[in-house]
Amino acid sequence: MIISKNDVEHVAKLARLEVSEEEKEELTGQLNNILDYVSKMNKIDTNNIKPTSHVLHLKNVFREDVAKENLNREKVFLNAPEHDGEHFIVPQVIES
Amino acid sequence: MKLNELTAHELHEKLVGKEVSATEITKTVYERIDAVEGKVNSYVTLTREQAIAQANEIDHRIKNGETVTPLMGIPIAIKDNMCTDGVKTTCSSKMLADFVSPYNATVMNKLNTAGTVMIGKTNLDEFAMGGSTETSYFGTTHNPWDLERVPGGSSGGSAAAIAADEAIISLGSDTGGSIRQPASFCGIVGLKPTYGRVSRYGLVAFASSLDQIGPITKDVTDAALVMNAISGHDAMDSTSANVDVPDFTKALIPDVKGMKIGVPKEYLGEGVDQEVADNIQQSIKQFEAMGAKCEEISLPNTEYAVSVYYIIAPAEASSNLARFDGVRYTYRAEDANDLMELYCKSRSQGFGPEVKRRIMIGTYALSSGYYDAYYKKAQQVRTLIKQDFEKAFETYDVILSPTSPSAAFKIGEKASDPLSMYLSDICTIPVNLAGIPSISIPGGYNAAGMPIGIQLMGKAFDENTILRAAYAFEQNIKDTLKRAPLKG
Amino acid sequence: MEYGIVIGLEVHAELKTKSKIFCGCSNEFGGQPNTHVCPICLGMPGVLPVLNKSVLEFAMKAGMAINCEISRYSKFDRKNYFYPDLPKAYQISQFDLPICKDGYIDIDVEGETKRIRVNRIHMEEDAGKLVHTEGYGSSAVDVNRCGVPLIEIVSEADMRSPQEAYEYLTKLKSILEYTEVSDCKMQEGSLRCDANISLRPKGQEEFGIRAELKNMNSFKGVLKGLEYEVKRQTEILESGGEVVQETRRWDDEKGVTSSMRGKEEAHDYRYFPDPDLVPIEVDEEWIQRIKDELPELPDVRKKRLIEEDGLPEYDAGVITASKGLAVFYDECMKGYHNSKVVSNWIMGELSMYLNENNMEIDECKIAPAQLAEMLKLIDNGTISGKIAKTVFAEMFASGKDPEVIIKEKGLVQISDEGELAKIVEEVIANNPKSVEDYHNGKEKAVGFLVGQIMKATRGKANPALVNKLLKEKM
Repeated sequence: MIISKNDVEHVAKLARLEVSEEEKEELTGQLNNILDYVSKMNKIDTNNIKPTSHVLHLKNVFREDVAKENLNREKVFLNAPEHDGEHFIVPQVIES
Repeated sequence: MKLNELTAHELHEKLVGKEVSATEITKTVYERIDAVEGKVNSYVTLTREQAIAQANEIDHRIKNGETVTPLMGIPIAIKDNMCTDGVKTTCSSKMLADFVSPYNATVMNKLNTAGTVMIGKTNLDEFAMGGSTETSYFGTTHNPWDLERVPGGSSGGSAAAIAADEAIISLGSDTGGSIRQPASFCGIVGLKPTYGRVSRYGLVAFASSLDQIGPITKDVTDAALVMNAISGHDAMDSTSANVDVPDFTKALIPDVKGMKIGVPKEYLGEGVDQEVADNIQQSIKQFEAMGAKCEEISLPNTEYAVSVYYIIAPAEASSNLARFDGVRYTYRAEDANDLMELYCKSRSQGFGPEVKRRIMIGTYALSSGYYDAYYKKAQQVRTLIKQDFEKAFETYDVILSPTSPSAAFKIGEKASDPLSMYLSDICTIPVNLAGIPSISIPGGYNAAGMPIGIQLMGKAFDENTILRAAYAFEQNIKDTLKRAPLKG
Repeated sequence: MEYGIVIGLEVHAELKTKSKIFCGCSNEFGGQPNTHVCPICLGMPGVLPVLNKSVLEFAMKAGMAINCEISRYSKFDRKNYFYPDLPKAYQISQFDLPICKDGYIDIDVEGETKRIRVNRIHMEEDAGKLVHTEGYGSSAVDVNRCGVPLIEIVSEADMRSPQEAYEYLTKLKSILEYTEVSDCKMQEGSLRCDANISLRPKGQEEFGIRAELKNMNSFKGVLKGLEYEVKRQTEILESGGEVVQETRRWDDEKGVTSSMRGKEEAHDYRYFPDPDLVPIEVDEEWIQRIKDELPELPDVRKKRLIEEDGLPEYDAGVITASKGLAVFYDECMKGYHNSKVVSNWIMGELSMYLNENNMEIDECKIAPAQLAEMLKLIDNGTISGKIAKTVFAEMFASGKDPEVIIKEKGLVQISDEGELAKIVEEVIANNPKSVEDYHNGKEKAVGFLVGQIMKATRGKANPALVNKLLKEKM
């Protein structure tokens, strides 16, 4: 087994996903299947092979430092589940 | 033939000849939608009023003597993962079920300039994750050739809309085959451009280093016309290539004499349906009869492509989809007591199982201690896969393969086994990993009457060569091509 | 047992570009909540970042001023974590290939120069702001600061006392000010400082267990927070305990640090290269071009003030620590010859008024040329040194020219011998006792008489002339 139920729990927390016991069981099985399949990559020696993050060899793409128009408030809050007209509202964030 | 059954270039001639108006075309398309949409479910959102107004305006411009450009007045369907200002962009997810984008994707601005008429937003696998459109929050799209079957995915709605004549042209997006595979399942044409050819700005990201927008159309000519409209450098997308854009219609020459076509044996191995393999042999004969030279080649690292893809794509997705957190514009769970619960509940309730599964894989692959073994390793193997292609293209102009190991499967057939679903992407995935262009065109039909697609892959930024090969092939088998039998 | 202190600082400085790092939103401070925003910095679906070229050049400039090596190849990575002030749920930052590395800053420690190494400088985007509304059970999110360009300057753990950390921070601030890449206003948050601090028995090579310190919102706060930590950790070690590796929050009001545990769940940022941004490659020519733009830096300027202007080292140090003061000094010297006099006024009256009013030099109404003018008026006897202080106060308040103030307020020094002689005679006549004392050898009596004359002239009498006349007339 590559990934345990505990690992699944930990990863779910990192990803901010709530998973039921049942889902945990199911995911553990599925993820192991997938990771087991994926592990065939390890057959290849990749020492000295540069990783590809970008298929194109682009570099130095910039924008000039010019300030543009902002989005109007109406559009900012258009889809907001909760707002006060000035801010997005979330449950109290407890500091320390 | 009814107007909605014609291609964009056929309608263009009628618009130029003032035989029809854009409004008539648009209305005919909606008549068809009214007749079949209940069976097909291609669309998430229809923009009827806006479309009629747009068509009216086009007619007005034509009346005022404006030159009719190729896509002016042509009804288009847009995959619902491209942002449209003022119109819902749901990604077929509960998470964004009510999301109205405050801005337009770059392709939308380009299409508006080209004068297309947007009919609506099409269904997809949730956040483009899937190959059957079964993971959509808004229900499965049905294949117009056989309503019991999937249309493919993730751009299943766009492909079905075209096959069902519910739009003339459409846009899809392709991360691991999401344009080509549904095009093949629906017996039409789908082109994934070179990575960087079309701006990704406004395409809701799935896997940023693989995603690319492209056309799904009834024929190769329409694909070239859409490519002309949407291609080009965009200052809003750092990964958009600043290279010249050719006139893609110039490639539409029915001649492949002397063209060298490689057929990789790895794409015809285990797991490929016999009927699909037979169809490729037939296609090889066609190409040879037309004067092309076909040879078996090897792309030895193909067998690792699915592994690489199912690390890189979920890893990037896990980060790209983290912004859907219940704070600013998404679904928010109502029963959250604190911030942690708000995140976890909103995301668990807002995402479907396939999306969650991929977020889990991706999060795991990037997590502390596993990065080198998974993500970095996958990127290194990606390099080798890319090199396979580069080497092959030193000798060959085009690489030919099936688009998918099988024709469209039955709804529900693979839904319970994620890995088997992933493995069916084997023919399309390597193209995204290498960033090269590829087109799927109809190659024939299986015994059940379902379409089989063939895939033509080309060098980076050389869409013209695959367009030429595709066009030549299409012209050659034109008389054998069928329409989806869907009745209104 | 005696303990040695080990401190390293992580300083975030906001870059004062016109627009944000990855979008065209205004980078101005303030503004109504959620008005300096666009789909990109709001992290809307489908948006993409494009790097502001000035951000890169500012970072390079700062790096050069801190004696760093500029990376020829650099890239951006995503740092993934969920927080309401981080719209994308990842911060675009630089992980393993920062733009600058291996620099240093020289500081003065008890008259000696000490070199503090800088490990790296990287570019990243700032997060937004959470407003905590007491009692409502909710927090409010303002995205205005999201995407404001930052550089993070990470020092090696080379500082051996809170004072050294304070000196390092002061020097760093002045370098960033000189290069004009940042406003460095700690109270506005454009300069932020986190510290890690540990103790180890004197003579031990190995570092002790460290605590990370956050929320020190002023230079004094950094000093006090670190001092508190030294005390706290010393007490723990002396009682045989062990310092816990944790993040602690400095409470400026209470003057204590407290553990931030609880909020700190195990972080796993899952860094990976941002596929939306392309690598940065910087060539020699570009580096040279930025180098050519670098202004004279504090150390060089200090040396010039000592060697060319003959200022004492202390004065040169104080003046060049602030770019504003240094520029003020140089400008003033264009209209006046005596460097020490200029330095006295800048370090004295000017600094005093700025402090009293909690003002920065760039907010000061007095132009350097006006101060030079005033100093000349002292030299030519128009006003006395004492009156000059009154004039200066008025200049500070109104920004008016010294001549205007002198005229308006009638502050011109009385140097007319005839006019003064009358007053002197009157004072002598009215104070026979003091005159007698003087004749009996009590020199002090002169002081009293001068005072009386000054009182009668409301301080305007030319002091030298008063002395001369008094002695003549008695």
